[in-house]
Amino acid sequence: MLSSFAAETLARFQFAFTVSFHIIFPAFSIGLASFLAVLNALWLWTGDAVYRTVFDYWKKIFAVAFGMGVVSGIVMSYQFGTNWSEYADKTGPVLGPLMAYEVLSAFFLEAGFLGIMLFGREKVGNGLHMFATAMVAGGTLMSATWILSVNSWMQTPAGFSINDVGQFVPEDWWAIIFNPSFPYRLTHMVLAAYLTTAFVVAGVAGWHLLKDRNNPATRTMFSMAMWMALIVTPLQIGAGDAHGINTLEHQPVKIMAMEGHYDSHPDGAPLILFGIPNPAEKRIDYAIEIPKLSSLILEHDLNAPLKGLDTVPDDQEPPVAIVFFSFRVMVGIGFAMLGIGLWGGIQRWRGRLYDTTWLHRATVVMGPMGFVAVLAGWITTEVGRQPYTVYGLLRTSESLGPVAAPAVAASLISFIVVYFFVFGAGTFYIMRMMGKHPGTARLGLRDGPVRAAGITPLQQTHNAHPAE
Amino acid sequence: MDIIFELSFIWAGLIAFAVLTYVVLDGFDLGVGILFPFAHSKKDRDTMMNSVAPIWDGNETWLVLGGGGLFAVFPLAYAVVMSALYMPIILMLLALVFRGVAFEYRWKTERWKRVWDAAFFGGSTMAALCQGIALGALVQGIKITDRHYSGGWWDWLTPFTVLTGVAVVVGYALLGATWVMMKTDGAVHHRMRDLAKPLAIATLVFIAAVSIWTPFQNYTYFERWFAMPGFLYTLPIPVLLAIAIYMLFTGLARGHDVTPFLSSMALFVISFIGIGISFYPNIVPPALSIVDAAAPDASLKFALVGTSVLIPLILAYTAYAYWVFRGKLDPDNGYH
Repeated sequence: MLSSFAAETLARFQFAFTVSFHIIFPAFSIGLASFLAVLNALWLWTGDAVYRTVFDYWKKIFAVAFGMGVVSGIVMSYQFGTNWSEYADKTGPVLGPLMAYEVLSAFFLEAGFLGIMLFGREKVGNGLHMFATAMVAGGTLMSATWILSVNSWMQTPAGFSINDVGQFVPEDWWAIIFNPSFPYRLTHMVLAAYLTTAFVVAGVAGWHLLKDRNNPATRTMFSMAMWMALIVTPLQIGAGDAHGINTLEHQPVKIMAMEGHYDSHPDGAPLILFGIPNPAEKRIDYAIEIPKLSSLILEHDLNAPLKGLDTVPDDQEPPVAIVFFSFRVMVGIGFAMLGIGLWGGIQRWRGRLYDTTWLHRATVVMGPMGFVAVLAGWITTEVGRQPYTVYGLLRTSESLGPVAAPAVAASLISFIVVYFFVFGAGTFYIMRMMGKHPGTARLGLRDGPVRAAGITPLQQTHNAHPAE
Repeated sequence: MDIIFELSFIWAGLIAFAVLTYVVLDGFDLGVGILFPFAHSKKDRDTMMNSVAPIWDGNETWLVLGGGGLFAVFPLAYAVVMSALYMPIILMLLALVFRGVAFEYRWKTERWKRVWDAAFFGGSTMAALCQGIALGALVQGIKITDRHYSGGWWDWLTPFTVLTGVAVVVGYALLGATWVMMKTDGAVHHRMRDLAKPLAIATLVFIAAVSIWTPFQNYTYFERWFAMPGFLYTLPIPVLLAIAIYMLFTGLARGHDVTPFLSSMALFVISFIGIGISFYPNIVPPALSIVDAAAPDASLKFALVGTSVLIPLILAYTAYAYWVFRGKLDPDNGYH
């Protein structure tokens, strides 16, 4: 009994650890792949060399991040079986085909065209190279679509029956793929990936603007990233709100934990801005509340009743404190991003986007925060699903395979050591690449003067350089 | 012969195809890593790595398809195999992490280049070894009770699995050597040519040793290979093998570029079919059959619809990617 508890705890920690590391890279590469496709298209369309410079700069960073995403992803595809083989046997008939489609429609597409995107421009020409770049970007989005369908099904299962050996059997694929939370989750995650990337780009550009405000490549990056921040952050807040309402409908217990509602509120629930969950006493200590706001947000009605965790049996309650805090971290970062986006918009309107030093400093600080928000959001949704792997139907403890605690412990330690070494090195190389100056626009697609973000710097004389 | 029966067999064929494609494709790029220490200079190692840099990711995706496909259509087989081969699988994954990142990291540092060279070699060798061990462990059989793995944590480690592990390392090295020969000129080409012949001989010795030992793992295998009428059905395998061996050695002797690589691949394909014949109709010997492990009909059908469209498409653009990077490598061309 003790050892099966230890094995479960270790296996859960191992999964959380490996998937947390993994999610960082797709969150970055989804956004970066689209950014690269847009840059390449702008270069081909306008002939403005600055876009090619920015493309080449981020292409190298993308290659390293993508490589880390691939290797950590291969680990994920086998981990369902190694530690969670009961889960694999039971959910395989429903989730397996979706994951197989992810491999077939997305991973091969990315991998097949990545080589051409990175190494093949001179061999295939600009048109096919653009096509390859678009395929890589499309592959990342396709991949997100399938894996979020899988994850959403685990949160809001639909379209299945259960057979006599306890396997989930597909009945209606449409209902499985487009399960109730899927559209909300997909939108929220893809926007999160775009925002994360936008803030990384803004942070890098901000860093270089602090040293040199006149580099056209840096200015272009910063301008594009700040447009994204201004436009996407409000969209994301709207998507998050819609997702929350959907979660209230299908996973009310998760919302109770996120909101910290230990007690039921028959006539309007307050929004707890902050506090410290006290699971022993089942209350939030030191709570700072705004009356009725929670009901207003979730039900769009000040006096709508909301049920609390007091209506839920203890053995169906997720770990409240983790969900409560991670949700606040995510939302807090979201609103900080909104602030930066609006600030950037105002400074642009005033014509001071490249001259506001404090804005540049702020973007440097915010640069990595998208990753923190993605991780916090992921923790909110995954821990909020506990104690189930398939919500309401398959408990996490029943998903474990016949693993021995020492074997899981040994593999866990190996993963931790290897991941910190390997991905630490990768992060170091990426940071070093980001620390390098993006260089100056020097490659014209066509003959003629180089137009660089509206200004014509001295660097245009470099236009004579031959293609790489 | 109802529909479930046929679908599950089509799927067994498709999974086998994915695994075989993985073995021959990632086999040669893992082989390039295994041969890394045998390169004479840093420049030769650069050239060797560049010969696979644009395609290794696509090659490795077939491994993800093998795992993902098994999860989709034979979830029970996936569950018991992953439990039984827990340690070799985890070690393989960690090894693939090391070698995968080496492709990018190696070019980002001068001081640590040797570390990533070692990671590329060590990761490739370890991954190959684990794959061979996993294969051997599967051949020797996996204990299952009531849909669960019921063997021990070290069942995968026996003299037989060590033999199959080393055999796969040597075989991948042969694939890697003949690939690099095909893709390069000059010093590195000659170096690989020198290595290819002893590697070819060693591979044959290992194929022979594994072939002789395998039938004694399980009486069913013995019957299939050496008793009538199984013997007649399996006879084409040794005959084809002999042809591939002849092509390999004459190709090497005459200095052909492409024949040795294709013949080495043929050795793998034929051996793989041989193992398939031993396994049939089981997916996990000795007791889990293809039909028993199959997912419900609805899963098999749904997955097959898209697969029948997507696999040809994948093969087409993968072939195109190989075509783009065809011919001998220009050692000075790389994006780094």
